Amino acid sequence: MNPSGFSVQMRRAWAIAKKDIRIYYIKGPVLIFGVFMPLFMFLAFLMGGRQLPLSFLVSGLVGMTLFFTATAVSPAIFPWEGQAKTLERLASCPVTIEAIVFGDMIASTLFGIGITIITVIIGLVLGLSLLHGIMLLTAILLAAVCFSAIGMLLAVPPTNVPSNIMMLSSLIKFPLVFISGIFIPLEQMPPWGLALAVVSPLTYFTDLVRYAFTDIHYFPILIDIAALGVFTIVFTVVTMLLHKRTMPQRM
Amino acid sequence: MSVVIHASDLTKVFGKSIAVDHISFDVQKGEIFGFLGPNGAGKTTSTRMLTGVIPPDTGTATILGYDIRSEPVLAKQGFGVVPETSNAYSDLTAWQNLLLMGELYGLPRARAEQRSSELLGMVGLLERKDQKVQAYSKGMKQRLILAMALIHEPELLFLDEPTSGLDVQSTQMILSLLRDLNKQGTTIFLTTHNMEEANRLCHRVGIIRAGKMVAIDAPEKLKTAIDRVHKIEVSFDRDVPDNTLAGLEGVMTVNRTGDKWQITTQNKDATIHSLAAFSQKNSAAIVTLNTLAPSLDEAFLRLTQEAKP
Repeated sequence: MNPSGFSVQMRRAWAIAKKDIRIYYIKGPVLIFGVFMPLFMFLAFLMGGRQLPLSFLVSGLVGMTLFFTATAVSPAIFPWEGQAKTLERLASCPVTIEAIVFGDMIASTLFGIGITIITVIIGLVLGLSLLHGIMLLTAILLAAVCFSAIGMLLAVPPTNVPSNIMMLSSLIKFPLVFISGIFIPLEQMPPWGLALAVVSPLTYFTDLVRYAFTDIHYFPILIDIAALGVFTIVFTVVTMLLHKRTMPQRM
Repeated sequence: MSVVIHASDLTKVFGKSIAVDHISFDVQKGEIFGFLGPNGAGKTTSTRMLTGVIPPDTGTATILGYDIRSEPVLAKQGFGVVPETSNAYSDLTAWQNLLLMGELYGLPRARAEQRSSELLGMVGLLERKDQKVQAYSKGMKQRLILAMALIHEPELLFLDEPTSGLDVQSTQMILSLLRDLNKQGTTIFLTTHNMEEANRLCHRVGIIRAGKMVAIDAPEKLKTAIDRVHKIEVSFDRDVPDNTLAGLEGVMTVNRTGDKWQITTQNKDATIHSLAAFSQKNSAAIVTLNTLAPSLDEAFLRLTQEAKP
């Protein structure tokens, strides 16, 4: 079997994903951060005195959870592995850079989905009813891949200092949360806010989650799915191209 | 013999400094090739280019018949790498590290488990296979990464300073394993500082200085090549006059030290033949005959200092 063939490389990407999950994701602090970070932000807004319905806030919580968890660890994996020289080991193995990046994406996608499902269960326990379960699952799956690609995109600068990447990551992630209709409904946004919202993939995911829980949505559902699909493809292709360029600079 | 490594004009520049400057060489199948040079000479950069970790700025490298730039996966499938710094995953156990390598090299699970057991036994770590690598000593980590590099039974093994800073036991174990692997047909590319190690192990050595390859040859040839004048030490079972030896073919000077004569010559082969003829003709049996070659250390120092800018 040709070791550079697609199916072989996918199996090797899966091996990298399993390694990532074991080393970086199944850790108490990471799991706790994954659950508590969005929960505390949600509580802050819930107690902030704004009279927003619970269904709106839970939808936002689901959006935030997936976004934060899928992008929480992946940006730092390359800097960590660069520092520990384990990235050099991977680079000398018969694995393409695309497979290494894809392996990291699979791990963060699975982590994001796992934690988000817990958040959905919290929503259901709080009394929300799930009106479009299959749509919610599809949206979570698509958005998890999309956000994982964003996470890997944040890891492109060829530094082996994780704190540099985490700072850059926070600088980009937090503004995205505020422009994506999580805390302010898209209907109430000023035109400039809406113009910003349409360039964030998180907007479309939150809109789909809201639709799944309340049957209300701002954009047509097909547009939400198509936009998420396009963002996923673009981010995945760009992150792989850029990593191919910057990977040797990490060694 | 077929060529396993073919490096042609390999060059790497970092900023304004040329780390590797148009080096070219071949390594034949079944060889142990030593790659020697002082710190900062470009050894590790060259090895990283050969193993596809970093791309060369110019030049090409063909490993096991595959261009490392255009067919990196096919090339990497055939070799194993033991880098200078231990780079096993310290949060995983030795067993998990080996199985991960098995997956990355495409081994079926059962085969990967079988190989992992064999290799851990071979490097003396089988009893500690379920311990996380972070608890291992430096020697144990180095033995583990050697095992990881061998999981897929590579035809070619790159080693970058594999025994640097190790205890005697680990060093001897690794060197003995390398000899055994070579006997079984594995080609070995060994980067080392240790001249004694290179002298004992390598069939040929290449010496790199300031990014340039300054010599490639068998250790014995390199040692003798640096001196145009050779020294021979000889003793006979009876006394012979100095002037009779001085007149022999190729002999430049003769000095008596104790019961031996130290002879300098430009033609070692001719002088040894004439000494043998002299011995027969004069019925003076040769008791000892030694050629006094410089050590590989001396050759290395000479070659790496000679053309220093």
